[in-house]
Amino acid sequence: MSFFKVDNLGIRFGGVVAVDKVSFEVKRGECYTIIGPNGAGKTTIFNLIGLLYPATSGRIFLEDRELTGFSPHQVADLGIARTFQNIELFEHATVLQNLLIGRHRHRKTSLWQELIFTGATRRAELAQREAVEKVIDFLDLAKVRDSLVAGLPYGVRKVVELGRALATEPKLLLLDEPSSGLNPEETDDMAFWIEDIKRHLGVTVLMVEHDMNLVSRVSDRVLALNLGSAIAEGTPAEVQAHPAVIEAYLGKAA
Amino acid sequence: MRFLFKTGYAQDLRLFKHGGQVFWYGLLVALLLAAPFAVGEYGMSQLHFILIYSIVGLGLMLLVGFTGQISLGHAAFLAVGAYTEALLQARGLPFFVSLPVAALLSGALGWVLGLPALRLKGTYLAIATLAFNIIVEEVTARWEGLTGGNSGLHLKPIEMFGIDFGGDASFYYLCLALTVLSILALMNLLRSPTGRAFVAIRDSEISASCMGVNLATYKTMSFALSAAFTGIAGALYAHKVSFISPEQFTLLQSIELITIVILGGVGFIHGAVLGAAFVIVLPQLISIAKDYLPSNIAGSGLQAVVFGLVLIGFIIFEPLGLYGRWLKVRTWFELFPFYRRGMFRRQKSYMKSERLK
Amino acid sequence: MLLAGVAQGCVYALVALGFVLIYKATETVNFAQGDLMMLGGFFALTSSVILGWPYWATILFAVVAMAAVGMLIERLVLRPVLGQPAFTVVMITIGVGYVLRGVVTMIPGWGTETYTLPTPFSEGTFKVGEVIFAVQQLAVIGMTAALVAALYVFFRFSKLGVAMQATSQNQLAAAYMGIPVRRVNMMIWGLSAGVAAFAGILLAPVTFVHSNMGFIGLKAFPAAVVGGFGSVPGAIVGGLIIGLVEAFAGRYMPEGFKDVAAYVVVLVVLMFKPSGIFGETARKKV
Repeated sequence: MSFFKVDNLGIRFGGVVAVDKVSFEVKRGECYTIIGPNGAGKTTIFNLIGLLYPATSGRIFLEDRELTGFSPHQVADLGIARTFQNIELFEHATVLQNLLIGRHRHRKTSLWQELIFTGATRRAELAQREAVEKVIDFLDLAKVRDSLVAGLPYGVRKVVELGRALATEPKLLLLDEPSSGLNPEETDDMAFWIEDIKRHLGVTVLMVEHDMNLVSRVSDRVLALNLGSAIAEGTPAEVQAHPAVIEAYLGKAA
Repeated sequence: MRFLFKTGYAQDLRLFKHGGQVFWYGLLVALLLAAPFAVGEYGMSQLHFILIYSIVGLGLMLLVGFTGQISLGHAAFLAVGAYTEALLQARGLPFFVSLPVAALLSGALGWVLGLPALRLKGTYLAIATLAFNIIVEEVTARWEGLTGGNSGLHLKPIEMFGIDFGGDASFYYLCLALTVLSILALMNLLRSPTGRAFVAIRDSEISASCMGVNLATYKTMSFALSAAFTGIAGALYAHKVSFISPEQFTLLQSIELITIVILGGVGFIHGAVLGAAFVIVLPQLISIAKDYLPSNIAGSGLQAVVFGLVLIGFIIFEPLGLYGRWLKVRTWFELFPFYRRGMFRRQKSYMKSERLK
Repeated sequence: MLLAGVAQGCVYALVALGFVLIYKATETVNFAQGDLMMLGGFFALTSSVILGWPYWATILFAVVAMAAVGMLIERLVLRPVLGQPAFTVVMITIGVGYVLRGVVTMIPGWGTETYTLPTPFSEGTFKVGEVIFAVQQLAVIGMTAALVAALYVFFRFSKLGVAMQATSQNQLAAAYMGIPVRRVNMMIWGLSAGVAAFAGILLAPVTFVHSNMGFIGLKAFPAAVVGGFGSVPGAIVGGLIIGLVEAFAGRYMPEGFKDVAAYVVVLVVLMFKPSGIFGETARKKV
């Protein structure tokens, strides 16, 4: 049984082929990274996996279950969580509330129970809170727990978004450029957390990233994309040395 | 300034965060309970309206303030609540049956209106709800067999368990009880997953759906709940005015209702009640002012001008509404002398277009 | 009857055009558009009845005066909320509408009464074969066509028109290219208010001039929505569709249906094409 598999995935916007017949497989427990120059179609692949865009061709499987035909919120229910390149947090809510929304797929109470806030609702809420506090401890967010997201610095918001994705207790975590906009220390922290997520929480990570230091440090395998097509796959070192990758980044040698 | 030391997660689930809140809200409830003994007939009537509008305000706050949707059609739900109540009462059903039915019917209609809302945003949604309002208004005027058309319907005072709720005080207590219950229901909702899902939709739909929030379910649910609140208010409204006709539920009424949440403060439960009070009291102030103004200014247009100016003024100068103003004043005193002018300032920004280029 | 529908549709189209101009530039809908039209009607009334100016001077006066009012409104009320969510702006323009409606009743000579605006093309009709044409309706159609042509030329060829288009595509980029975005927004409000005045004058013979004539703006919403808010041709087509639907509903449907037909059409269109027939599909990038 394969854990997560993308088969022949493609999408075109009008006449532009943004992603062209990309296939790859992610093994349980590994960190798999997609790299590529700007416009290679990396984020588009994430949006296709999250079913935010309808794929023109191809199929996606999580634990041999095909995702086609589901809606975006069901993808989350199946255990895929993601972060966004440009941070999509709930700005006018506190960090705690943001993380609690991450718990949404574990909701057990009905609307009527919540309207009168029964004992069951109270117990369920306390359980959710305990789960969220574990994430807060893990990512060291305790000091901003009750702050509004809108007022937080960029680096912290990036961590909050990671926390929100972790709060869903995903099987597969999609990280869209986790280090973009972070300073070297923050990037270092991020690398540390990604390794921890993989090793201690046992969550499989699929990542899009530009920072090759971070990529080499945390990834088990790397897929290089250019102009929507896969050009190389292998360990970080192999891919970095691959002639097609060098050409994609630096251009053809004269 | 008060510092809270938290020792358990259950503490964050409490409705009252500290003893001070228990004291002040207790005092408020006591004052409200005592009101019928201190306030005259006219004042009581105003209080009825304030409470009824507060319930509408709570419903709208849920939809506008917490789910981030727009509705310029809430007068239609008020109408459904009012007409259901009038028709059921005429068929001899007691209030404790007809009220839930009014809420349910309004809620069902709200759910229907929620369906187009799934695909619409911002202005388009505003116009869809506006169109809906006009259609409902026209239907109530034309369906004479059921609604009596433009000649309207009369209602008798409520009688329940041998108590006559026609009196000022008894009707007031009924309204007060329903308002308090509505506030509690809304507060409960906001500390549970449903309320958080609403807030998630308000702040980022895309992210909400990636967190497993079913946008379709929760948006329609928000419309339905909001409409149900408004339906309850509609039933009370029908008894308050004791005669209902289609002219009471026009688009202008919808606009008046939505100003409740804007003037009160979008996103605050307190805002719904403050806004309701303001919207009811403002016309009274204007009619007092009219006695001191020259006749061509004190005509029928004065109310529209003042209303429009207040609306514009609030949006430009106090976007957080009356409750926001109160928060600022309170913060000023708490931090004295360290309050900075920019503490609540909005960021200036260029228009962010969500159109795909 | 077809003609009546088209003529009525032209008026809707003109008001809708006002919506579209502002929407294109600032992505906000001016709920006071109908009231601007009403004010334009009153300006025309002042110059033609009170001052006794000829019809063409009246049009010019009303359009110029309204353009000034439009710019003033943008400067005073809308600029402070530039960049705020659609809901905020919708409510603020509703507020503007209230103020305009109220202020008109306070001005001596205007008040709450209903007036007729004399036009050079009054009651005449003529026959071509079996079909009867009303001069009034033909004039409305002709003048609408002329205005639309003028606007097309303006947007296509004038520097200001191109700047306005650029602003509507991307405010930030336009600002970087040295276009004074705020001033352009102000101009667009002026232009839109001028168009509203024009619509008001054309509508005046049909509905008369009174302080509540702005509510006809509510009928122009369906027109703008059906066509798609961001589309100038859409506004024209949408206006014509709504005008025709009303005319036919009034003829073939039970009484009362005429008034809601436009709104039923809107809900149906929005159900299937959430951004109108000519609208662009919106999708947020992440």
